[in-house]
Amino acid sequence: MSEKRSSLSPARFLSARRRHRSAGLVVLLFGLLAVGSAYAAFAPDDAVADNSAQSQQIEEGKKLFSVGCSSCHGLNAEGGGNGAGKMAGPSLIGVGAAAVDFQVGTGRMPAMQPGAQIPRKTPAYTQEEIEALAAYIASLAPGPAVPAQDSYDVSKATDEQITRGGELFRTNCTACHNFAGRGGALPNGKYAPSLMGVSEKHIYEAMLTGPQQMPVFSDQVMQPQDKADIIAYLKALQNQKDPGGFGLGRLGPVSEGLWGWLVGIGLLVCVAVWIGAKGVKAKGAKAHE
Amino acid sequence: MSNTQEFPPPVKWVDDRLGIAKIGKKNLRKVFPDHWSFMLGEIALYSFIILILTGTFLTFWFKPSMAEVQYNGSYSLLKGLHMSEAYASTLDITFDVRGGLLVRQIHHWAAVLFIAAMMVHLLRMFFTGAFRKPRELNWLIGFGMLFLGIIEGFIGYGLPDDLLSGTGLRITNGMIQASPIVGTYMNFFIFGGEFPGDEFVSRFFIVHVLLIPGIILGLVTAHLFLVVYHKHTQYAGPGRTQKNVVGYPLFPVYTAKAGGFFFVVFGITALMGALMQINPVWLYGPYNPAEVTAGSQPDWYMGWLEGAVRIFPGFESHFWGITLGWNLLIPALIIPPAFVTLVALYPFIEGWISGDKREHHLLDRPRDVPTRTGVGVGFITFYALLWIGGGNDLIATHFGVSLNHVTWFLRFAVILGPILAFWVARRWAISLQRADYARLTHGLETGVIVRSPEGKYTEKHQPISTYEAYSLTARDRVVPHEIGPETDDNGVRAPRRALNKARAALSRFYFADAVQKPTAQELEEAHEHAHDADEIHELTEDTETYREVTSDRS
Repeated sequence: MSEKRSSLSPARFLSARRRHRSAGLVVLLFGLLAVGSAYAAFAPDDAVADNSAQSQQIEEGKKLFSVGCSSCHGLNAEGGGNGAGKMAGPSLIGVGAAAVDFQVGTGRMPAMQPGAQIPRKTPAYTQEEIEALAAYIASLAPGPAVPAQDSYDVSKATDEQITRGGELFRTNCTACHNFAGRGGALPNGKYAPSLMGVSEKHIYEAMLTGPQQMPVFSDQVMQPQDKADIIAYLKALQNQKDPGGFGLGRLGPVSEGLWGWLVGIGLLVCVAVWIGAKGVKAKGAKAHE
Repeated sequence: MSNTQEFPPPVKWVDDRLGIAKIGKKNLRKVFPDHWSFMLGEIALYSFIILILTGTFLTFWFKPSMAEVQYNGSYSLLKGLHMSEAYASTLDITFDVRGGLLVRQIHHWAAVLFIAAMMVHLLRMFFTGAFRKPRELNWLIGFGMLFLGIIEGFIGYGLPDDLLSGTGLRITNGMIQASPIVGTYMNFFIFGGEFPGDEFVSRFFIVHVLLIPGIILGLVTAHLFLVVYHKHTQYAGPGRTQKNVVGYPLFPVYTAKAGGFFFVVFGITALMGALMQINPVWLYGPYNPAEVTAGSQPDWYMGWLEGAVRIFPGFESHFWGITLGWNLLIPALIIPPAFVTLVALYPFIEGWISGDKREHHLLDRPRDVPTRTGVGVGFITFYALLWIGGGNDLIATHFGVSLNHVTWFLRFAVILGPILAFWVARRWAISLQRADYARLTHGLETGVIVRSPEGKYTEKHQPISTYEAYSLTARDRVVPHEIGPETDDNGVRAPRRALNKARAALSRFYFADAVQKPTAQELEEAHEHAHDADEIHELTEDTETYREVTSDRS
């Protein structure tokens, strides 16, 4: 029986066993193998290479995250408590690479201590490390990506764009950030920070992700060109010298009033005291006391 | 007539026609006393002159119109934007008129100084009692100028039609609307329709350049006329009485001093205009009711009003379809007018309380009327706390504190602070009075410790000079107003008893705790005692160190 069987042609062999109880499983395995091989054959090679580099970056980001961020944000960025029932750090799933680049790139993260608002400071990570962290967070769930450089490059902005950016800035931003981007107070110790000296990329990312108290100005709400125009206006404003002398902080009438009293009335009263103390030297008479 | 013949021909020509020699002879020799605090009003006067000069320059280019134009001037950050002609012409003055920005800034700084100087001048009047009879009306005139100056300044702040001034006017508009019943009507009347409309700039302009400056000019004239008529007050000192003025003549001394001071004021204002940027309208952008900016505050003199509105808790009530916004009504329409009325009427209030009908030409030292000084310091504290409230956002960001904490602190401080300040200032003044009293009766502590042969340690006291003693005793004795008997001889109850009782109570509050100057008898006794005592006095724990020790030199 076995000899007879072995002498059968492959076609006869398959045909004879087509009703075998494991035939379906075998066909399925062959099918999967074929699809897998075809995918491997047709998928572009560079994607494979990139994938491995990216996964390496993600891996590195995850390591940095575990060391520097997880104590507040949780081991898997799911958010963490402080042990007293309060949130130490929010979940970072879905915040996107842009948020990481902004928060870590401006030095706000890692935070030194919890408070009403986390201040800007010197960044603790290098740009490479920030990118790794961003890649890791972005790998958890989709979110806004770090904007491409040409989207916030305002070096070639026209006057028209700057003017337009000014209007957009006054409509959307000055209520908190002040007319000259010098920042302003918000309730309960929070504040809108000064925009002076913030890089174009970080301003763009802030609009995109809405860090801390700031609302999100997504690309649907404020189009990329609008964002670029606002940045162009801000940069023009920052580079503009004060034509009227010392700017007094560009804070509005409060600082003007303060300086007016201190310098103006202060000096004038000093002069008045001086004139009042000066006696009259009449001819032949002694100076008045 | 013999004098006029000595005049050179041109002067004689004028004198023959205008009679200036007669006027000049009397007025050029007018004597004014010398003290630095008498020059504070001058700062205000000179600032006003600077305001007229620079303001005239600005009217040459400012276009008081709200017609919409497209900006095509040289400030690139706003190029092509649609805006009112008022704002566009302000930008033109700033960037395209030669010297325009400088003059604009001098104008604005002069406005800041004008009102500040008037206020400091008012405080000097207050604390030295210069408002007492016969100068109550001049106080009112001065107050009128301060009030008008503030309105004038605020209207001027509103003219450029930039985002800041428009926001300020929007708040004013809200305050006007908060007044019950008449609010909306008044608002339509002032703005010619809904805010902002297109009329307010042209209306405010004519009020700003003609109406109010004209009235202020008239008041300045009346104010100075009354200063000449009443003659200037002076601080107590040797040879200075209620009936004379010790000082220097107007010509040449005060023409030089005051004339020179004018140039100093102009110089400092010009330096501020050149070096310190004020009201950078180009940064604010054109007014658009849909926009607002952090740091929207009025100029300093409206800051206290802003503060009152900022710190007042928000609540409103509705009845019969009417909304009453207490959060605006009380801080904007009740507290400020009440405060301002108290300031305006203060001379009459104090006059009524003291019942003092004498004329006063010698000034009080602030310590000598402790309650008045306390009230003044309380008022300043109240004003300053509201001022801080007007900048609560900047306090919060610059000192790293919570905006809410600042606001809540001020809500209590604005009530408790003035009371505390009143009490501290009053006690302080009384202590200083006691020190003066001790100086008069016991002399000056020399700091020289003497050891007697028995081993006792004593401090030597030296009598003060007669000049100083004169200065310290020149003031009047002010005793509380006495309430008469309940009934007269015929048993008829005195009329207005309750009012008189209140008046007597206030008078006690004002004057009962003040230390009166020693009488001649008291002084004599003190000196006698010093002679009796063995030149020096024992310094033990239960001996007052002040007592006695006056040398024979007295």
